[in-house]
Amino acid sequence: MAAGFVTKAFRGLRWPRLPAALVSCSGHAYGTAAAAETAALPTLHESTDDTENLLRLSLNQPDFFRLSEIFNLKDLFNARVHLGHKKGCRHRLMEPYLFGSRLDVDIIDLEQTVEHLRLALNFTAHVAFCGGVILFVSRRRQFSHLVESMAKECGEYAHTRYWQGGLLTNAHIQYGTGVRLPDLVVFLSTLNNVFQQHVAVRDAAKMNIPTVGVVDSNCNPSLITYPVPGNDDTPAAMELYCRLFKMTINRAKDKRKQLELLRGLGSSAGPL
Amino acid sequence: NMAASRAAVVGSLFWKCGSCSTGTFLICTNVNTQLLSRQICATPAMRRKNLAAAGPQKFTEEFIKKQVEEFNIGKRHLANMMDEDPQTFTQEDIDRSISYLFPSGLFDKRARPVMKHPDQVFPRQTAVQWGEDGRPFHYLFYTGKQSYYSLMHVSMAVLHSLAGSRWLLKEELEESLVENISDHDFARFIQLIERLVALPYGAAEEEFVLGYRRQLEVQSSKQEIQPLQYDQKGVAYSTADGRRKMSTASVTLKDSGSGKFTINGMDQLHYFPVLQDREQLLFPLHFARMLGRFDVDSSVTGGGRSAQAGALRLAISRALLSFLPEGQVEDMRQAGLLTPDPRVKERKKPGQEGARKKFTWKKR
Repeated sequence: MAAGFVTKAFRGLRWPRLPAALVSCSGHAYGTAAAAETAALPTLHESTDDTENLLRLSLNQPDFFRLSEIFNLKDLFNARVHLGHKKGCRHRLMEPYLFGSRLDVDIIDLEQTVEHLRLALNFTAHVAFCGGVILFVSRRRQFSHLVESMAKECGEYAHTRYWQGGLLTNAHIQYGTGVRLPDLVVFLSTLNNVFQQHVAVRDAAKMNIPTVGVVDSNCNPSLITYPVPGNDDTPAAMELYCRLFKMTINRAKDKRKQLELLRGLGSSAGPL
Repeated sequence: NMAASRAAVVGSLFWKCGSCSTGTFLICTNVNTQLLSRQICATPAMRRKNLAAAGPQKFTEEFIKKQVEEFNIGKRHLANMMDEDPQTFTQEDIDRSISYLFPSGLFDKRARPVMKHPDQVFPRQTAVQWGEDGRPFHYLFYTGKQSYYSLMHVSMAVLHSLAGSRWLLKEELEESLVENISDHDFARFIQLIERLVALPYGAAEEEFVLGYRRQLEVQSSKQEIQPLQYDQKGVAYSTADGRRKMSTASVTLKDSGSGKFTINGMDQLHYFPVLQDREQLLFPLHFARMLGRFDVDSSVTGGGRSAQAGALRLAISRALLSFLPEGQVEDMRQAGLLTPDPRVKERKKPGQEGARKKFTWKKR
């Protein structure tokens, strides 16, 4: 009964977002949506047909990267992901994700968290598979070193410092012409140091960049594409998230290399 | 005759003016040609608009390398033309030769023909920071100040490795050096090594620095734990005292009990009718997860209701230490169970009603 409910919810949440996955994988995120539509597929070292075939192959199966093996509900509980803030700090829009409150402390529903986290990790894996640029954002000074080291090890990018206003919206003047904006922004904490929503959430939404974010019970989940309700204050929880994201991205990249090698071997053995 | 031949060869030489740049540069990144290549514009108005929009030019590594090769080839040709040794042809010689071959009457020195190494012509900062596929090279590119923040990251790593340790003491240094050191000398050494750590990229000297750091001892190891005592029947018990405000309590914990709790001969439920006081008594046992295990026999004098409960709590925590495994002692200390509460009643001062309350202030 519980399993049936979960799969139904899974399907309900999943399908509207597939087109987003296709659009983001098909090109760089340029400054304007118009440019994105007319942009060519990434000119990596293989032809357009191969890329499209790989894309179709990866999108055919529901769990192409077998991410359901990486974590389970018990791991989340042990890492204290279910602990939210006090009842007074609760954000109204987080009420659907909360199980209840105990001794004034909000408890996050881990069954929903598991679903949301699976979706988020799946999406991240697909973006990494297509060679997308992933930017990790967190303004918690406690974990800035951890997040930066994790991004470095994955081969992706991090921003755990003061966010200058026009980094996404004014990119061509800040960085130079022809800069490639991130294809996915992952928030390990959606709030900044003064407990207001991070500017990057709004900016990424303005620039049509999909976001994955860990939302605590005092955060606003509305602008985030793939919210993951969970604790963002405990070191144990943060280490768990970093480990999971690193594993997904590495898996996706390894799978990509593997498939390319197979294609390469297949095409070289073709005429024989 | 010679001048004529030199002039003929000049046409094939590749030289650049100092300030103006010829308009046919092509920045060769395959993906971005549509954005970065200069268009050959029809009208002056269009040309002006394009220059503004493009911003400062960016040059790829290959372009700069090609320029360097061409410069070197040109330098050799120039040396041959001037009948000098190409190996020992310096920049001064180049300047001299160019001013001879292309005499210019222009007043502005920057407008005269000049042949310089590409590193001096193309400013170094405008190197393109992303590869062919658009992915930036540095993992902190999107922060805007990648070098500065990567420096901060490295410094933080050094800080983490130094956390939980302290500088070695003067006595320890004297031991390791087998020499007498004055206080002044030791202070200078500590100052120097602190400066080393504070320098950028002090992480490189990590091994050297860590040799002079000692681990901080865990505070709870300074706690004296009484060994367990056994009575005639072989049952373990421990005693401890505790104080809070004006009350003193003395507690005996007996093992393999049923959770009985006696205070001054009375049951705890009768002695403390208020829930808050009973919670204070049970807190240490609940924290150590040993609620039903002990029989508690205690006596308490002095103070009020709350003070007696606090004194009993401290006494129970101290008595419990003998029964606990190693790691839990530090947990108890961090939970605040082992710290005696230093708050006592503040004395009344002359000229005031009480400790803080002042007499009514009258303006006149």
